[in-house]
Amino acid sequence: MAYQFDFGAILPHWKLLLDGVVLTTELAAIGAVAGVGLGILGAWARTARTPVISQLVGVYVELIRNTPFLVQLFFIFFGLPALGIKLSEFQAAALAMVVNLGAYSTEIVRAGIQAIPAGQIEAAQSLAMNRVQIFRYIIIRPALKKIWPALSSQVVIVMLGSSVCSQIAAEELTFAANYIQGMNFRAFEVYFVTTGLYLVMSILLRQILKVFGNFLFERRNHA
Amino acid sequence: MSLVELHAIHKSFGALQVLKGIDLKIDEGQVIALIGKSGSGKSTLLRTINGLETIDDGTIMVAGKKVGDHDTDLLQLRLNVGMVFQQFNLFPHYTALENVMLSPQVVKKQSKGEARKIAEEMLAKVGLSDKMMHYPDQLSGGQQQRVAIARALAMKPRVLLCDEVTSALDPELVNEVLAVVRQLAEEGMTLVMVTHEMRFAREVCDSLVFMHQGRIHESGNPEHVFASPKTPELASFVGGLAG
Amino acid sequence: MPEFTLWDIVHNLLLAARWTVLLSILAFVLGSIVGLALLLVRTAGNRWAVRFVRGYVELFQGTPLLMQLFIVFFGLPLLGLDVSPWIAATFGLTLFTSAFLTEIWRGCVESVAKGQWEASTALGMNFTQQMLYVILPQALRIAVPPTVGFSVQVVKGTAVTSIIGFVELTKAGTMITNATYAPFTVYGCVAVLYFLICYPLSLYARHLEGKFRHVTR
Repeated sequence: MAYQFDFGAILPHWKLLLDGVVLTTELAAIGAVAGVGLGILGAWARTARTPVISQLVGVYVELIRNTPFLVQLFFIFFGLPALGIKLSEFQAAALAMVVNLGAYSTEIVRAGIQAIPAGQIEAAQSLAMNRVQIFRYIIIRPALKKIWPALSSQVVIVMLGSSVCSQIAAEELTFAANYIQGMNFRAFEVYFVTTGLYLVMSILLRQILKVFGNFLFERRNHA
Repeated sequence: MSLVELHAIHKSFGALQVLKGIDLKIDEGQVIALIGKSGSGKSTLLRTINGLETIDDGTIMVAGKKVGDHDTDLLQLRLNVGMVFQQFNLFPHYTALENVMLSPQVVKKQSKGEARKIAEEMLAKVGLSDKMMHYPDQLSGGQQQRVAIARALAMKPRVLLCDEVTSALDPELVNEVLAVVRQLAEEGMTLVMVTHEMRFAREVCDSLVFMHQGRIHESGNPEHVFASPKTPELASFVGGLAG
Repeated sequence: MPEFTLWDIVHNLLLAARWTVLLSILAFVLGSIVGLALLLVRTAGNRWAVRFVRGYVELFQGTPLLMQLFIVFFGLPLLGLDVSPWIAATFGLTLFTSAFLTEIWRGCVESVAKGQWEASTALGMNFTQQMLYVILPQALRIAVPPTVGFSVQVVKGTAVTSIIGFVELTKAGTMITNATYAPFTVYGCVAVLYFLICYPLSLYARHLEGKFRHVTR
């Protein structure tokens, strides 16, 4: 007998899915803001003249980029308590996302900084600006503008990657889906709908980042 | 005491010796042109004066202070020494006005009102009062370079370095920039310029410095230098220009 | 209860890592084949083919890998197919890989100058000949560094298959943790092993990138 699809079986649980969407959104927001912030700091440190700091950041970036997010998550949630660092499921998930995006955005932002012509920095030096002023006023905005599309893609990837946080019982969207399918045994339907929700979220997130980027790098003149 | 004093400046890039012992004094109000073939070290020499190039040996004194390579020294130095570049190097994400206001605000901590007043004054001086709200890519090369001059002047430097400021410009835009530089010279601004505009140098400068193979080969009053070069190298350089 | 030495842990993880490597290679090879097919369909095909491939890419790049695996794992049985975690993992990762590779390669093909298409058309070549003799050889050179770079994502992607019960490196890590109660050490070792697999690939990709940049300049 052919399988009878029953998407109606999900309807009673819509509230759970909504809660999951909200938590995934929160995780993504924390991850994006703190992760990109960390990336900017990391990129700044990579250009620092103290080789030790630059190399330490380099090690961090390579370690994160060459290991799976799931393993990083497990290490933070299950492993760190051995060092006396106990985190809630949500805290661990958020921290893992920040650390992960931080590494990727360090590399992305650094590429943007390297694309700034040397003449820009020389001109700023000639105007007696110090290193911090040069970074803040001359380098960072054009650099971010250049790499905004790449950075946006990475934020979306990290948002989607958060679905494995269900594995430490962080109650995000995938956790909600697992929970529902455990109640109604309609795994395919539940995951199908959840996949659709993720797709909508990633499309929306991409649009939001695009609009935000336009706002951030907008020219405010009347020429 | 001169405003800028260079003594026994040496500089190498790897094995290549670019400056082989330069002595040069620049007095307040003097206008000096560094001339010579490309590779003679003139741009490098200019860039040592505000510390964009470090030197291997020798001393640089600006306004009575010895220039070290410590960061705070360099910042202090650059308050006294302005620079205009061949490629303009305007900041693309700021308007002309913002380009000029930025450093007075963030470096000199002037209020926005003060900085704006000075910036408007400087932009008026270079004839760009009507372009203040334009971004660099909305301006012609000549206009961009004039904004760059205004930007340097807004810091009230005691000496202004000009590194081939017309070399990247289309021929029809050269004169508007030279006119601004000429006006500065007439107002008594201390200027050190690397230039290929020999007629302009001859008319405007108090002194020409001919560089050859990392040394000052010959220098003096422009009329003399051009009319009766003492060395065959300068004679051939001047002759080459005429031909 | 038996005592686990560090060597016991590493030894067992190494055994499991074989499956990580095997699954990675399988997914990468199969994903490349599907990805290449999609690329050809897209480049040669009509408007609908282009739309289909674009939708395919959007779907796999816009949803979590875990969801893709779940849908394969729970969906295929509905079609009457008996799927082990092993097959579901291979199938899911292949689709995932093909979507990313076809998109990477599309960029490479498009970066081959338009003049090359026109010149080869002018020489009377048909689409297959153009692809085979003119476009692909040029696109391939550009494509190698990002493709090698993406292989790192495939290896890391295999970790997600542990969630549908495929016993590879990460799953083995979880099982050993449950037996030893030493998550710090075990997941530390798991991370190191992934690093040892991925880092050389990353380095190689970067090396190729540098080399390629040298050739073009």
